[in-house]
Amino acid sequence: MRRIVMGILSTLSTLVLLFSYHTSTGAGASGPRTVASTPHIVRAPSGTASAPRGHATRAAPTTQVTVVDGGTSQTRWGPVQVEVTLSGGRITGVTALQQPDGNRRDVEINSRAILELRAQALAAQSAGIDGVSGATVTSGGYRESLQSALDAAHFG
Amino acid sequence: MSGTDNQLARVEFVMGMPVSIHLRGPAPEARRQAAMEAVFAHLRAVDRTFSTYRQDSEISRLARGELSVDACSPQVREVLDGCNQARIATGGYFDPMLPSAGGGRTLDPSGLVKGWAVERAARLLAELDREDYYLNAGGDIALRCARPDSPPWRIGIEDPRRTDRMIAILPLRTGGVATSGTAHRGAHISDPRTGSPATGLRSVTVTGPSLLWADVYATAAFARGRDAPDWLATLTGYASLVVREDGTLWSSTTMGRLLTEKRPTPSAA
Repeated sequence: MRRIVMGILSTLSTLVLLFSYHTSTGAGASGPRTVASTPHIVRAPSGTASAPRGHATRAAPTTQVTVVDGGTSQTRWGPVQVEVTLSGGRITGVTALQQPDGNRRDVEINSRAILELRAQALAAQSAGIDGVSGATVTSGGYRESLQSALDAAHFG
Repeated sequence: MSGTDNQLARVEFVMGMPVSIHLRGPAPEARRQAAMEAVFAHLRAVDRTFSTYRQDSEISRLARGELSVDACSPQVREVLDGCNQARIATGGYFDPMLPSAGGGRTLDPSGLVKGWAVERAARLLAELDREDYYLNAGGDIALRCARPDSPPWRIGIEDPRRTDRMIAILPLRTGGVATSGTAHRGAHISDPRTGSPATGLRSVTVTGPSLLWADVYATAAFARGRDAPDWLATLTGYASLVVREDGTLWSSTTMGRLLTEKRPTPSAA
């Protein structure tokens, strides 16, 4: 699994699994999000419970939720700003926000595509494929290619 | 996924395509990085000389007649020489003089430049002692296993009918692999004789000692179309795999020996 160094708070240094993220804007989200280059807390625990939207779980009424803006990281899909939801000291949700370009909204950045690419890479690795030869892939097509997943698996 | 090995990869976009390098072996980190950087720098230099999209490139100036062949750099003359050899070896199905809009022909050796440049770039990686490498530039691959006990690189050949699938996996220790086809860019290969897009085949994959020639043969075969297998069968030292338009496969006897049974993959989607 590719380790994506986020530079988030040290307690989040094990965050790797963008693949398992889902939208989690939180019930209290409002207004545009700012891009921060360093992580900072967006919403600290309040007295009210707030289960991230999209969760099927029912949070206990007293769950304290913290939302952290994880700053911007370079991924193979380009710069990604990440927002992380913490509850009880554990990561309960990750949202990848697009770099604001005037149209600020949460998006599940290619989450389905990411999951599929990951599945393909795992399948390829189980088949022992190291690289792929195909008709010329353009730069734009690369991001969806199996070769890109095989590359990402070995970035230093 | 890097697990217990020390395989390192890096990708950059050069010459309009993704260029991925994979290294595996005992070379120190600093030497690995330097070698990869040298590869990308070399390809950027090639782009400056040969890009037909750059007005000021040597090749553009040559095509406009502002430069004579004799006045060109050794690299350009080497490529033009290669193009001549390729034209002869392929019976004209590889030709750097491509039909252009307006009925004339303009010089565009890009088809040979890619394989030529990547093969030269691979030499920079070969300087890493006992280091296995493969270099994948937009689907053209140059590779080497440097130690007898290194496992071969297993190169998947993309299925043009469904590009998230492989039609074959080639275990290779040296040489190059090139695939010509329409899967990603539409009909961009023309029959040099007619100027019309090539038909009859979905893709051609060729592997052999030289990526430059694998690329030339794959391109020429694709331009030939339906009767390409007859010609590919005559090549010495190069193995070929063809996907015809109707989806059927043809492989040369040399490729048949090389092909390994594809391990079943779980369905990805």
